[in-house]
Amino acid sequence: MKKNTENLLKGLLFISPWIVGFSVFQIYPIYKSIYYSFCQYDVLNPPIFVGLKNYSNLFHDEVFLKSIVSTGLYTIMAIPLSMIVSLFFAILLNQKILGRGIFRTIYFLPSLVPMVALAILWKWMFNGENGILNYFLGLFGIPGPNWLGSTMWATPSIVLTGIWGVGGSIVIYLAALQDVPRSLYEAAEIDGAGWFSKVRHITLPMISPVIYFNLILGIIGCLQVFAVPYIMTSGGPARSTYYYTMYLFDNAFSFLKMGYAGAMAVLLFIIILAVTFIVTKMTASKVYYAEK
Amino acid sequence: MLKNNSIKPVSHKKQKIVSSISTHTILIIGAIAFMFPLVWMLSTALKPLAETTKIPPTIMPSKFMWSNYKEATTAIPFWKYAKNTLIVCVLTVIGTLVSSTLVAYGFARIQWKGRDVLFYCVLATMMIPFPVIMAPLFVVFGKLGWIGSLKPLWIPSFGAAAFNIFLMRQFFRTIPTELTEAAKIDGCSELGILIRVILPLSKPILLVVALFQFIASWNDFLGPLVYLTREDTYTLALGLQFFQSQHGGTYWNYLMAASSLIVLPIIIIYFFAQKAFIEGISLTGLKG
Repeated sequence: MKKNTENLLKGLLFISPWIVGFSVFQIYPIYKSIYYSFCQYDVLNPPIFVGLKNYSNLFHDEVFLKSIVSTGLYTIMAIPLSMIVSLFFAILLNQKILGRGIFRTIYFLPSLVPMVALAILWKWMFNGENGILNYFLGLFGIPGPNWLGSTMWATPSIVLTGIWGVGGSIVIYLAALQDVPRSLYEAAEIDGAGWFSKVRHITLPMISPVIYFNLILGIIGCLQVFAVPYIMTSGGPARSTYYYTMYLFDNAFSFLKMGYAGAMAVLLFIIILAVTFIVTKMTASKVYYAEK
Repeated sequence: MLKNNSIKPVSHKKQKIVSSISTHTILIIGAIAFMFPLVWMLSTALKPLAETTKIPPTIMPSKFMWSNYKEATTAIPFWKYAKNTLIVCVLTVIGTLVSSTLVAYGFARIQWKGRDVLFYCVLATMMIPFPVIMAPLFVVFGKLGWIGSLKPLWIPSFGAAAFNIFLMRQFFRTIPTELTEAAKIDGCSELGILIRVILPLSKPILLVVALFQFIASWNDFLGPLVYLTREDTYTLALGLQFFQSQHGGTYWNYLMAASSLIVLPIIIIYFFAQKAFIEGISLTGLKG
């Protein structure tokens, strides 16, 4: 009995940094977000309780509704593209090829580049007048669009910028690919399976838990996208890249509408939980876990 | 029948060569696409201003303007920002290592009631996105008098983040209990065991956590943007953004020179700690 209590105390003492950090820097702010969401609060004056007004205002706020739509569009474009690109190159880089180490380094390096540098660099390359990308397209006789200045191309440009950082996912997939038993491929080859059917029936199912993990993390990341559009477009043109977190940021720090920002924060949390739940349900039958 | 058998391996070999060539072709095209922006950054950084917007563009600068680097680092208080960034990075790494080893030890090596339930709570907190809490955190830091200083960026790291706790706990659990039992019999305290037995065996995971934390802090943009209200406390990521607006985005050569200086330390660290990086990313892929 005494030993149990002693261990409990010891355990709690060791995890006390987490308890303090979690309480002060996570639970308390979440509680405050919820609390502010029912208030009108401009930081300078004490909060005034307004009930559900912030929430009902949000649903009549065109900017808010537009930010949800554009964040959704961004996510729908970014997720499949980055998953296909990272899986495709991971599968290629997993083969026994000449210069494999060099290739892996080249694909991984850009993902280490800070978001800010990445965004500035691509802003420069996407420039409609003298950007290198349009010059390059011009060589093939393709007139390049005014990428970041066009409501149609701004979001795809930001998505493309993100592709440059898939190196981290490639490495995660490579680690997973190395755990797929060789014998499965050999058996499939005897049955006459080609490259594509091996990928489809062996590789993808065997690494499905990692794909699922990347998918969830990817979606959560996309729903919070901030730095790259903030630097590349500042939300423009015509608010086409004014995503959820940017509007939340502006409400809190530019317009000093902490209550409104609080309501957005609460909704973002609910959206993320809901999307995670739905994706988990939808993929449950497709994710294969080997018995351990 | 015999003939058929002798042909098969040949066509198989041929097929292999074709597939190897096409794999290499695709990989080389991809590699050029992945490397090009970095090359373009370095090339622009060394060009005279007029040449940065020249059509057709030149990859090789006509004249190597090494002075661009000097200009870029004096046009903004570059070294001051670098110092701020380094302070944040180092303190964050210390905070992360100290707190997550303690917490992970409490979860991995001590048996206590409610431990596993609480550990699931820790994992669940990974779901809390920063944008959700950034506004109220600003108010908290304001009340603590930290706004306008670097404190909001590094002090929270002493509160142990869920992901690092998870990685370390996984690692600590793989260390055989026989090793710690012996120390316990000799009268060593839990803290003593952690420092004398566990930590020396945990260098790989400590390195991984430190590396990732360093890079995360080095690259962080939103945190500094929210909490650093005074220009003399800016970090590099933030300073670079303001550099861009200050110059109307036209001094591409300086901007690229400054950008490449921010990228450089990370690349150097990568080449020194390549193995730890790859291991770390595999770990973050939840293989452990």
